[in-house]
Amino acid sequence: MKVDLKAVEEACKELYIRAVKILPPDIKEGFARLDKTETDATGKSVLGTMIRNIKVAEDTNNLLCQDTGIPIYNVVIGRGLEVDGHALKAAIAAGCARATKEHPLRSSVVHPVTRANEHTSCGRLVPVINIDFSDEPDTLSIEMIPKGSGSENNSWLKMAIPADGVDAVKTFVIDCVLDAGGKTCPPTIVGVGVGGTADLCVHLSKVAATRPLGSHCTDPEGAKLESELSAVVNKLGVGPQGLGGDSTSFAVHVETAATHITMNPVAVNMQCHSARRARATFTPAGLAYGF
Amino acid sequence: MAHYDFNMPVSEADVRKLRVNDTVTLNATLYGIRDATLIHMFDRGRTTRFDLKGHAVIHTAPNVKWVGETVAHPSGYEPICIGTTTSARMERFTRPLMEQYGVRIVIGKGGLFAASQAAFKDLGGVYLAIIGGAAALETTWVEQIEDVDLDDLNPESLWKFRVKGFGPLLVAMDSHGGNLYTKVNDAARDKRASVLAALGVKS
Repeated sequence: MKVDLKAVEEACKELYIRAVKILPPDIKEGFARLDKTETDATGKSVLGTMIRNIKVAEDTNNLLCQDTGIPIYNVVIGRGLEVDGHALKAAIAAGCARATKEHPLRSSVVHPVTRANEHTSCGRLVPVINIDFSDEPDTLSIEMIPKGSGSENNSWLKMAIPADGVDAVKTFVIDCVLDAGGKTCPPTIVGVGVGGTADLCVHLSKVAATRPLGSHCTDPEGAKLESELSAVVNKLGVGPQGLGGDSTSFAVHVETAATHITMNPVAVNMQCHSARRARATFTPAGLAYGF
Repeated sequence: MAHYDFNMPVSEADVRKLRVNDTVTLNATLYGIRDATLIHMFDRGRTTRFDLKGHAVIHTAPNVKWVGETVAHPSGYEPICIGTTTSARMERFTRPLMEQYGVRIVIGKGGLFAASQAAFKDLGGVYLAIIGGAAALETTWVEQIEDVDLDDLNPESLWKFRVKGFGPLLVAMDSHGGNLYTKVNDAARDKRASVLAALGVKS
């Protein structure tokens, strides 16, 4: 299949707009689950406002959250695709800029030193474009994630040592949740990266934080860790918005990678309750939007 | 727990009445302010033509659309989505906002810290918690963007919103030392040891 770059640009524009407006069904279900079990009056009231906001956004065709985030596009290229990779990246950035100009959306992206805003949601190396490959024949999948700063500003990396063992991982995750308090807009998805190099570990924590609720780490050891951590994180009482309650997190997600014999890295990245993402899938049958 | 409807601006006595867990709904005027606005006002010597005395400021940078100045949109901007950002980054600006501009109310999410708490106590101010991420709902409480200053910083301009029924917002830090965040944080830290024990972490 030959990739139509004009269609990619159009889809990347549409993806940004869809992502900031439509919350994925697994996150809505996550809200319903937390709402059912929340025992704190303030927590219950805060969750109620968040759930009402999802409905208002849908009814008024508005953005769920004013933070349009740093745009991230996760591209997965299947087998047998014919695509000019360099032009593909340009098409993605063009779609991102067009969404910002044409909707319009707030451009939340500035140069890190001059703080100059190009008002396109683009800049040096932004949008973030991650490219991976799969064995799916004739499939191009593009996932768009507007990563809000409230949660992104609370990101951590610890280069623990082998002698600290998995206890270091567990302790670090709990301490990060305590440190974040209400700043990450809880209830959150706590993303944990374990292993790899420093940069891979942080990347894995982002992959974990932005994975759909109900999905599990494909490494059984990672899956075990996420189930153990998910079971206790809501006993801390941080609650929605850090104002107290049971609903601190929807879940803890873990991703793992092999690491060095001398290393035991752990990273935490959180996704806020506005856990937005949207997906476009190109196949010979056409273009389909989803999550 | 009491509820108050404030027609902005308010007096020191009005905000001194407020206690943690009370709720407040604002009407009339609300100013939007955030990182770059505050950095330029307090670190780079810029000033605003707006009179913030007795007013509330909200930590925000809205999504807006330029439509040109009309009766419906006197600033030229139509509001699209107005929400609230994390307050923690703006901690050091609370006292100068109150001392130099007479601001009485700070609205944000996630809370502020000890320096702001002291400013609220010394000068008579409060922090009202709004639900972060609930911006579609918050936008329905904003009638109009009346005016804008320091707009070269857009979207981090100093925005003057006309609001109606803006709330209810929760009093999370009051002028009497009351602080909902430290109460919740302290209680959460007290549970750290039992949570780590449940995870089988050896102390």
